[in-house]
Amino acid sequence: MTIPEIESQIISEFSLFEDWMDKYNYLIELGKSLPLMDPHYKTDQYLISGCQSQVWLQAEYRDGKVFFTADSDAIITRGIVNLLIRVFTDQSPRDILDAGLAFLEQTGLREHLSPTRSNGLNAMIKQMKLYALVFQQKYEGKS
Amino acid sequence: MVFPVEKIRADFPILSTRVYNKPLVYFDNAATTQKPLQVIRAITEYYEKENCNIHRGVHFLSVRATEAYEDARCVIRDFIHAKSCHEIIFTRGTTESINLVAASFGKQFIHEGDEVITSVMEHHSNFVPWQQMCLERKATLKFIPLLEDGSLDMDAYREMITPNTRLVAVTHISNVLGTINPVNEIIALAHQHNIPVLIDGAQAVAHMNVDVQEMDADFYCFSGHKMYAPMGIGILYGKERWLEQMPPYQMGGEMIKEVFFTHTTFNELPFKFEAGTPNVEGAMGVRTAIRYLGETGMDRIDAYEKELLGYATQRLLEIDGIQLYGTAPHKASLISFLMNNIHPYDAGMIIDKLGIAVRTGHLCAQPLMEYLKIPGTIRASFAFYNTNEEIDRLVEAVKKAKEMLL
Repeated sequence: MTIPEIESQIISEFSLFEDWMDKYNYLIELGKSLPLMDPHYKTDQYLISGCQSQVWLQAEYRDGKVFFTADSDAIITRGIVNLLIRVFTDQSPRDILDAGLAFLEQTGLREHLSPTRSNGLNAMIKQMKLYALVFQQKYEGKS
Repeated sequence: MVFPVEKIRADFPILSTRVYNKPLVYFDNAATTQKPLQVIRAITEYYEKENCNIHRGVHFLSVRATEAYEDARCVIRDFIHAKSCHEIIFTRGTTESINLVAASFGKQFIHEGDEVITSVMEHHSNFVPWQQMCLERKATLKFIPLLEDGSLDMDAYREMITPNTRLVAVTHISNVLGTINPVNEIIALAHQHNIPVLIDGAQAVAHMNVDVQEMDADFYCFSGHKMYAPMGIGILYGKERWLEQMPPYQMGGEMIKEVFFTHTTFNELPFKFEAGTPNVEGAMGVRTAIRYLGETGMDRIDAYEKELLGYATQRLLEIDGIQLYGTAPHKASLISFLMNNIHPYDAGMIIDKLGIAVRTGHLCAQPLMEYLKIPGTIRASFAFYNTNEEIDRLVEAVKKAKEMLL
């Protein structure tokens, strides 16, 4: 699936919820279902600064695609990072860099995260795009 | 006599706000308090009728504004029972008051090999200025540890004082644990060795009677915005004998006596420490807030807030898995807690969506969180306009958050 296709899927999932408590319940479920990260990566090197809770993010490049794993000590943050991974993982660096991520507005996610959370969200997205940029330059010879 | 909480609530317009379609419950008073109409009006009236730059003009408005500003200074002196009005220095807030002392006292009195004592429970504002000053001046910063209940370990403190100790800087009330520190005893011990003591009073002044002469503090710092007055104004109280010996902190404006091409002579107290155009509206706000507190009665406020704390403690402890941080016998009206292994941010988000403002996270006390080995806490901090019914709503919200997150 392309990034815009995954985004529309998420938007339609969120449209089923009547209020924010349901949306949080869903994020909590997503947080619980985020695949475990290799504890080896849970070091300062992979820690994203700018988040209020701790978030570790790691990425690999295989056959033209980027694959992310992540973890956080807060469950709702894990849910959010799970959504971002769903959108970005197994995509090309180019597509990751081009993604506008309109789903964050359309699901109300960005608006409903407190500013400090929203900064954390931005920090996560920035870090994911940074990985894509580095892989693009390193493996695809583009600058 | 019943505490007139409904009458007080009516004075605070923001308390009738609805958030997420629910009546706001404001339990973040340790971060900043809300402002009564009287304070809001005092600021408006200042701009409508009195605005002028002070200490500079001979014209009618300037004289009036100057008188009002200086009157505010003396109202503050009475409020904290200081000896003289010129021992009250206006600053931007507690943080700036502490920075002023760290910079100025540090420059004059702290040298290589000297020691400064603070505690592990300090807010960053009473921590980082000392840490940086000590690094710069090659001095050592020492930390009073805590007992299990969140009180200061006074035995450890006693042993920490050495012939090299130059200053003790501790908080009156911990913004995380709520502990009311035995400041009289802390100061008396330091004074036995002729060591001055700075007290961070940010969490204290709006909640209890403060008498700087009775406690014998050498410096006492607090902010307007945590005592129902505006942001951007704070106070440094300093004993005249220390302030006289300290060099100016910032230069320019009314802090001068005479300026020559080659040098400058400085103004007397308190102006020596008040560079630039002051925050006159802020001073008007503080003056009015003090009157408001005085009319309500500090003793009654203190007693009512203790009731709120007692009720909140009892109700929260009914929830399984609640862990309180700070259980000292003398506590101010704030309560820090965690439940089970739920991250404070997760709980904070759910509680927020239920219309309740609590603080979550490290609460500007990262060294304390490191000391307690926790990522942060959830903190509900009460003011005299809060009610038991609001505490009931918090308890329901905490239960809901637990149900969702466990």
